[in-house]
Amino acid sequence: MKLAEQVIAGDRLALARMLSLVENDTPQGRSELDELFPHTGRAHLVGITGAPGTGKSSLVNQLAYAFRHPIDGSSPLRVAVIAVDPSSPFSGGALLGDRVRMRDLVGDPGVFIRSMASRGALGGLARNTAAVAQVFDAAGFEIILIETVGAGQGEVDIARLAHTTIVVEAPGLGDDIQAIKAGILEIADILVINKADRPGVEQTERALRAMLELAKPERIVMHHGRLAVLSYQEEENEAARVWKPFIMKTIALRGEGVQELAQAVREHGEHLRRNGEWQRRELERLDAELQGLVQAELVARWRERVPEETYQSILQQVIKRTISPYQAVVKLLEK
Amino acid sequence: MAERKIRVLIAKPGLDGHDRGAKVVARALRDAGMEVIYTGLRQTPEMIAEAALQEDVDAVGLSILSGAHMALVPRVMELLRANGQDHVCVFVGGIIPDTDVPALLAHGVKAVYGPGTSTEKIVEDIRHYVLGQMIPQG
Repeated sequence: MKLAEQVIAGDRLALARMLSLVENDTPQGRSELDELFPHTGRAHLVGITGAPGTGKSSLVNQLAYAFRHPIDGSSPLRVAVIAVDPSSPFSGGALLGDRVRMRDLVGDPGVFIRSMASRGALGGLARNTAAVAQVFDAAGFEIILIETVGAGQGEVDIARLAHTTIVVEAPGLGDDIQAIKAGILEIADILVINKADRPGVEQTERALRAMLELAKPERIVMHHGRLAVLSYQEEENEAARVWKPFIMKTIALRGEGVQELAQAVREHGEHLRRNGEWQRRELERLDAELQGLVQAELVARWRERVPEETYQSILQQVIKRTISPYQAVVKLLEK
Repeated sequence: MAERKIRVLIAKPGLDGHDRGAKVVARALRDAGMEVIYTGLRQTPEMIAEAALQEDVDAVGLSILSGAHMALVPRVMELLRANGQDHVCVFVGGIIPDTDVPALLAHGVKAVYGPGTSTEKIVEDIRHYVLGQMIPQG
């Protein structure tokens, strides 16, 4: 049996091997992924991002547990966790420590946790995180929790990959000016203040709430390619379509607020499906993925055609300032 | 394209709380360019085998200072085999009496490292064993 078939049949060892092949982007991994792709598109991808030390791993642990043990009597969902940690820029090695905080999930066959090193990618994920998520999707995992590298302000790749993005904050990390800067807070579908038993939680909540009120996403929209302010009637219709991000408080170590968070994630998924937003995100994601792959392939083919010596000699001309980098590009693409 | 990293699980089975050695080794392997999955204290053999499977590791390093190695290590080996991970290289570090070393090796452990072992030696051994029997990809 092919590896892809074993993965679909639920073989965990085959799944683990498959994840490695895809993570390492091997030719076999690519061809197996071809087999798996028709089986993807069912999973709900949930991103968890935020600064280092806000409690992302503990929250993922509890959130996965909540999906496995729903209190509302709904059937438990199969949960995959992809935990990304940074690679060392010097050695290329990595210490992947997210499992330390995911002990409550041990021994549950409905859970599969995989650590990934970022391997030099800068957006908070690894280059092949999307492909790894596709493997879990094909293997029948209904919820895929993707924990990013501890993110600062610019690591927003997760919003392009996930259907639902949770941004985790903790009290005492910054003032209200941090909260209105562009970047990570903007991508949140749900804002979580974790460690909500710590001092300073009121200030953090106030700053985040002020930030959300300033945003008012339902008032100004793109209309026929330009910004338009909606009338009240339109606004009402629009309000049903636009998801307004909100703030939730959790204490991950004690599991407080986590069932409610799991419920909010489910509601966000239903909201996206109801409004055609799910398909739109799917389209954007596959569009971006396809463009990325085409670019990588074009570069690879171009490098095959242009001998290294030619490249080096043109690079030397740039170093000697005889030609500019733009002129070099023209010369290189003529080859 | 294909970037193949050696993946190593560093685990502390059993009840002792001394994780300094495990952390030093984890750090050294990271600095040698390996991807180290660190699972923390007080792991059961079942937890270790499950993590080794999910992470598809090439090697497992067990740090034991409690004296329970003759109970814990054979159990880990048994579970790895039961999961179809016979190819995984297992190393043991910590306080292991010389007289127990042959028995551990007979259970399939590749090497046992006592106090004073240099991290260079461990890195070199792991590279040697893992690259020697790595399953070729693609």
